[in-house]
Amino acid sequence: MQAGESAPGRAFLAVEQVSKRFGGAGGFQALDGVSLSVAQGELLCLLGPSGCGKTTLLRIIAGLEREDAGRIHAGGRELTGLPPQSRDYGILFQSYALFPNLTVSQNVAYGLPGRGMGRVHRDARVREMLALVGLDGSERKFPGQLSGGQQQRVALARALAPAPSLLLLDEPMSALDARVREHLRLELRQLQRRLNVTTVMVTHDQDEAMAMADRIAVMDGGRIAQSGTPGEIYERPASAFVAEFIGQANWLAGRRSGRDTFRVGEVELAVSPACAGAAPEHATRLCCRPEAVRLQPAEGEPNRLLARIVDETYLGSRYRLMLAADRLPGITLFADVLREQRHLLPAPGSHKFWVALPSQALQVFA
Amino acid sequence: MTRAAPVAAAAAAPAGRAGGAGLARRLAHGAPAGMKWLWLAGLAVALALPLLALFGQAWFDQAGNWALPARMAELAANPNFVPLLGRSLAVSLTVAALVVPLAFGFAYALQRSRVAFKPLWRGIALLPLFAPSLLPGIALVYLFGNQGIFKGTFGAGGIYGFWGIVLGEAFYTFPHALMVLMAALSLADARLYEAARAMGASPWRTFLTVTLPGARHGLFGAACLVLTLVVTDFGVPKVVGGGYPVLALEAYKAVVGQQQFARGALIGMLLLLPALLTFGVDVAMQRRQRAQMSSRAQVYVPGRDRLRDAACLLVVLAVGGALLLVLAAAVGASLVRLWPYNLQLTLAHYDFDNMDGGGWLAYRNSLKMAALTALAGTAAIFLGAWLTERTRGPAWLHGALRAGFMLPMAVPGLVLGLGYVFFFNAPANPLHALYGTMTLLVLCNVAHFYTTGHLTAAAALRQLDGEFEAAALSLGVAPLATCWRVTVPVCLPALLDIFRYLFVSAMTTVSAVVFLYSPDTVLAAISVLNMDDAGDTASAAAMSTLILLTSALACLLLLGAARGWLRRTQAWRAPAH
Repeated sequence: MQAGESAPGRAFLAVEQVSKRFGGAGGFQALDGVSLSVAQGELLCLLGPSGCGKTTLLRIIAGLEREDAGRIHAGGRELTGLPPQSRDYGILFQSYALFPNLTVSQNVAYGLPGRGMGRVHRDARVREMLALVGLDGSERKFPGQLSGGQQQRVALARALAPAPSLLLLDEPMSALDARVREHLRLELRQLQRRLNVTTVMVTHDQDEAMAMADRIAVMDGGRIAQSGTPGEIYERPASAFVAEFIGQANWLAGRRSGRDTFRVGEVELAVSPACAGAAPEHATRLCCRPEAVRLQPAEGEPNRLLARIVDETYLGSRYRLMLAADRLPGITLFADVLREQRHLLPAPGSHKFWVALPSQALQVFA
Repeated sequence: MTRAAPVAAAAAAPAGRAGGAGLARRLAHGAPAGMKWLWLAGLAVALALPLLALFGQAWFDQAGNWALPARMAELAANPNFVPLLGRSLAVSLTVAALVVPLAFGFAYALQRSRVAFKPLWRGIALLPLFAPSLLPGIALVYLFGNQGIFKGTFGAGGIYGFWGIVLGEAFYTFPHALMVLMAALSLADARLYEAARAMGASPWRTFLTVTLPGARHGLFGAACLVLTLVVTDFGVPKVVGGGYPVLALEAYKAVVGQQQFARGALIGMLLLLPALLTFGVDVAMQRRQRAQMSSRAQVYVPGRDRLRDAACLLVVLAVGGALLLVLAAAVGASLVRLWPYNLQLTLAHYDFDNMDGGGWLAYRNSLKMAALTALAGTAAIFLGAWLTERTRGPAWLHGALRAGFMLPMAVPGLVLGLGYVFFFNAPANPLHALYGTMTLLVLCNVAHFYTTGHLTAAAALRQLDGEFEAAALSLGVAPLATCWRVTVPVCLPALLDIFRYLFVSAMTTVSAVVFLYSPDTVLAAISVLNMDDAGDTASAAAMSTLILLTSALACLLLLGAARGWLRRTQAWRAPAH
């Protein structure tokens, strides 16, 4: 399997026109007619700022909140209105919600039937799950004796032990420190692929979403702003909100001056016909990712500007340059350059060189 | 990828879920919803309907006509009423003015100074909780009465009257005020004190500008609590009131002595007013107070200050000495032949079976009632708090239950007891058969002491991870099963606290149960009242001493047993190794 590969095939989970309002008529519209579908074995990430409705949607899928309107299907079954215990999913909470007075193996066995003959199967299943998450040998420990990362694995083993057909992850990494997080992100993703379990994950961390998801649904104000593969979301954001939320971008205020051209300050910038055609007539904002800014472009390239380096930030593998262009007064352009190519450019100061905003890298928004 | 195959196979054939299937499973998952209605019904029978019966008794005459205005007019026109009201107010305000500053000083010494032997002082200060409110009255008679050691102290009238009531009530209410103020002073943000010192404020100025404002709510709450306790208590006035009748005693006499139910109900309703008022103000103030203590606050640790510590030690010694003196008088008088003339030691006063008042049966009944109250009450209170804090359900139902759980705080025992008389003693009530039984005494006690237990349980339950139940539900385990396997074990310390509180409260209470016992279910604290009435003051002191010993011993035993039990069953609380 390759990273970012989307799993086509029929939808396993389907959410149709789900709405939810908290606090009555004058209250807060948490979800406003949200629809999405997740294919069998796919990992869908609900991404958005706090208050965008992503956690509410997850809790509605889990049956922990009741939707005001809409329907939910999973595995060919209608889940709408079913209580949580009848929905067949496993959930990993931000806090893990491990039972502190039960041992690791008791926690993992919590959802397994254990009377009579079931006991043997249960114990075997617990061992299997602990081996799966790499915690064999910790059976008799209590959650309080484990590190945060180990606790997360126990919670995951507990959620997966009854072999649910759907896995729900609620900000699974946010209680971990940064280094453990990167490592567990990879492990969780590999495990999910191996079990081929359909998964919905909620996060506000765009890096996490990019690294783990088959598809991302970016949410804003109770609606889905855009849904697509990480590549689609990053390279072709459907709205200014998505472009702003995912990654860094240079934003230029301007107005249309021709079919495929925009005027920004004193400069006329050419935009790819496809992008310009799709943009509304009164579009006023152009956006360009820092790594897309061309440094020292060839003579004939469009949208060339003369600029100097005002300041720079060292980011390890690359530098982020802050550029001031002569014909874009008052605007700082951000551009990334790889560390090994930094020496090809002048030091910060008055020395000027050519940069270009490639027309195919410019996005236009209202 | 070597482990992949077996897991994938298991995933393909679901391992199944805990909790069985079909009807049993549906019942298990539906249980909390049904339990909420049961608890609501319980609140109605044990609290709402008795109170309504009290109001009905006060508002309507026997023919069912609206009679409140006429009755109020009649009561106000009675030449005794205004003086009664004035005396109740005078006594309670004096007690509050005496007890609140002393309790604040004591609490300050325990929480904000470096006085030695703090647990000892705290234990002494809380001792009055283990005795019925009649004990200080009896002790005062032995200390300052006609045959007392210090009989001349209060002039010609002696201790009987205003000062007797004030001192007795001060003893009885001191630990209540102390607990409120200790809680108020336990929360201190060290950053405020550091800021005050950095700005060069003197200790006195810091006290006035940081400590006092921070404890304002506690001071107000303690004053309200003392006022309410004093206004509604009739135990102390009964013993040392002499010719100084107060409202609570009047209500008691009206119902128990004179069978004037309407008059008793009317006064009971009046006694409910101050409690309801302070309860409302308290709730409003708590809402405002909450924001003052932020989660980033640093714990304040008192520094070295000889002057402050010396002053604190003085307060602690004086108050502790006075409390011990009162206790010693009661205990001492119960152990000698005839105080103060014949000081030969004897256990003759403990021969209760040869006295009026119920004898040892009363003591056995009290033990039984305290144990049953603690058992049934702990279960009811904890499950009730669990239902409202940890299960999902309609907001209005949870709101109604929570309000019902808080209401007993605002209902004095005297008022509750009167309500029980009017409700359960009504011949038309199908529950009439309960009147005079142990069951009703236990029910009344659980209702009377509900709120304190509920607050303890709710605080413990709110500290748990918010997603326990959701995680268990996703695994197919019913809420009650999770409550039993996880919630109860994790909350065990709080459960034991509630149990202890209920046991001690039931052991010492007089106010509500005095209207509800029958000859078969007479109680120890009530026999104190009866023996004192009959002139057996020494035996009354003896029974008070026995109650005090029993409560204190039970408390110690429960603490010890709990500690051992927790150590064995709560290994998971130990830090990681």
